[in-house]
Amino acid sequence: MPTLNGTQRLRRDRSMLLMVLPAGLLLLVFTYVPLVGNVIAFLDYQPYLPIEQSPWVGLGNFQLLFADPAFWRAVSNTLQITFLQVVFAFPVPIALAILLSSLISSRVKKIVQTVVYLPHFLSWVLIVALFQQVLGGSGVINQFLTQQGLHAVGFMTTPETFKLLIVAQGVWKDAGWGTIIFLAALTAIDDALYESAAMDGAGWWQRLWHVTLPGIRPIIAILLILNLGQALNVGFEQILLQRSNVGPDAAEVLDTYVYFHGIGDGNFGLGAAAGLFKGVVGLILILAANKVSHLLGEQGVYSRQ
Amino acid sequence: MSTTDARPAWAGKPSVPTSVIKAIVLVIVTAVVLFPFLVVISTSLATQADLTANGGFMIVPESFTLDAYRAVLSGGVVTRAVGVSAFVTVVGTALSLVCTALAAYGLTRRDSFGHRPILTFFLLTFLFTPGIIPSYLMVKQLGLIDNVWALILPSAISAFNLVIVRGFFMGIPDELIDAARIDGAGELRIFATIVLPLSRAVLAVVGLFYAVGYWNAFFNAMLYLNDTSLWPLQLVVRTYVLQANPILDASGDAGAQPPTQAIQMAVAVLALLPIAMVFPFLQRNFTKGVLTGAIKG
Repeated sequence: MPTLNGTQRLRRDRSMLLMVLPAGLLLLVFTYVPLVGNVIAFLDYQPYLPIEQSPWVGLGNFQLLFADPAFWRAVSNTLQITFLQVVFAFPVPIALAILLSSLISSRVKKIVQTVVYLPHFLSWVLIVALFQQVLGGSGVINQFLTQQGLHAVGFMTTPETFKLLIVAQGVWKDAGWGTIIFLAALTAIDDALYESAAMDGAGWWQRLWHVTLPGIRPIIAILLILNLGQALNVGFEQILLQRSNVGPDAAEVLDTYVYFHGIGDGNFGLGAAAGLFKGVVGLILILAANKVSHLLGEQGVYSRQ
Repeated sequence: MSTTDARPAWAGKPSVPTSVIKAIVLVIVTAVVLFPFLVVISTSLATQADLTANGGFMIVPESFTLDAYRAVLSGGVVTRAVGVSAFVTVVGTALSLVCTALAAYGLTRRDSFGHRPILTFFLLTFLFTPGIIPSYLMVKQLGLIDNVWALILPSAISAFNLVIVRGFFMGIPDELIDAARIDGAGELRIFATIVLPLSRAVLAVVGLFYAVGYWNAFFNAMLYLNDTSLWPLQLVVRTYVLQANPILDASGDAGAQPPTQAIQMAVAVLALLPIAMVFPFLQRNFTKGVLTGAIKG
């Protein structure tokens, strides 16, 4: 087949290009143009003026932002939640996957899998409603406690434990879903390794330590790194829904800061500056995470939607 | 995954304590997931007398009445919200699926005009999220505030789904497509008569991903809609169930009001129901989706 020049290829491929057009336009309008719209982080933007008439303030919004204690509290809360997630939430799907894969009965395994996958598909609104029904002020547990003559516990309204609540809800929603990728890694471990370990007299726990965990160590490392790449993204809708229960000091994260200070207070320039800060730092973290996972000899991995 | 139910010869029988601990953990895990559903469903079906006797909720359904559902579905805020959510989900999913499949097919030929830059244009959206405020200003600029299309257009295309569909299309044997091309079929015709019929399974999975996303979306409605008559169900659940703000016209008949708790939980169940209905299908297919997505296209 003769090589075609650009014009000939354009003519040949025009129907293919037209097919790409609708999706491309949607992304252009709703992703790329707003990306450029981040320029208002450098403007004193007035909602009722056209964007070109807003005065340029350079890094003024960023100076205001970095001088705002509430912003740094949001950064700190965000990182604390990420840390707690890595410590408490990250290991749960690994443990659950090991437990599931050790089951002999495939029927029991299927039933448990079906149950634990379900919460992943629920909206945060529903999950918070479900939690409120069980752990809320007049929820099942507190009714039980008061009937026993004990004090009710503010599971959902105590600022000090709010971050743990957020992590716990994340575990409830996504621990089951998270097992999928580990289960796939576990089935890839060569049975001969287990067999020879057993021949050498290794019991269940020893095989877990010397065969299973080393076998899934690469995938654990990569998911952990990618998790850290998402360090600034902590359940936006989840926290937005529950922030008023404990107040901003305990609950404000970067995304909610952008929403409440930018849109809530009408301070668009400041909000956009916070959003851009988060976007840029987040991008650097993701690229760094991907780089590290490449260095570990793996393809870049996107495990979550 | 192997599904043979036999213990491998080398494994040996686990000790009794190990088995007991495993069983207990499994029961606890399953119970922790299922318990809230049980409470919500039982409460939505309860009568006032039972709720009063039980302190406002039910764990095991003792009474069984559909009054709460009848009340919220007999016109009014919740009924309208169900309609909005259904519209957004059905129309949005159709639009997303058509645009995604078209674009995915348009990106299957590696030697086509501008292939590399166009593909990069799509893939870069994995990395760049525009941010809340510029997105809001864009929607405002387009005059979509208080317009139901604001719940559809900004989130219509997911590059993740596009990569899944494209990957599947690229696995279709070239001979099939080349033969049609030689017969003089145009690309759109090849797409409609050869590619789409072969891809029903993947399109169903991706369609469901989109549908679940549209049905569950809540923040965009909060951001873009001030007009409560346009609110989707999730926002009504938030206002009515989480914040316990009364819905004035939730019930048409003031004489025999079903209990508030039952109405609240009935609204939650309505938001849950479609997800529960498609879940068996999702569960059968999504593992593939996750593992496909795990390997970047």
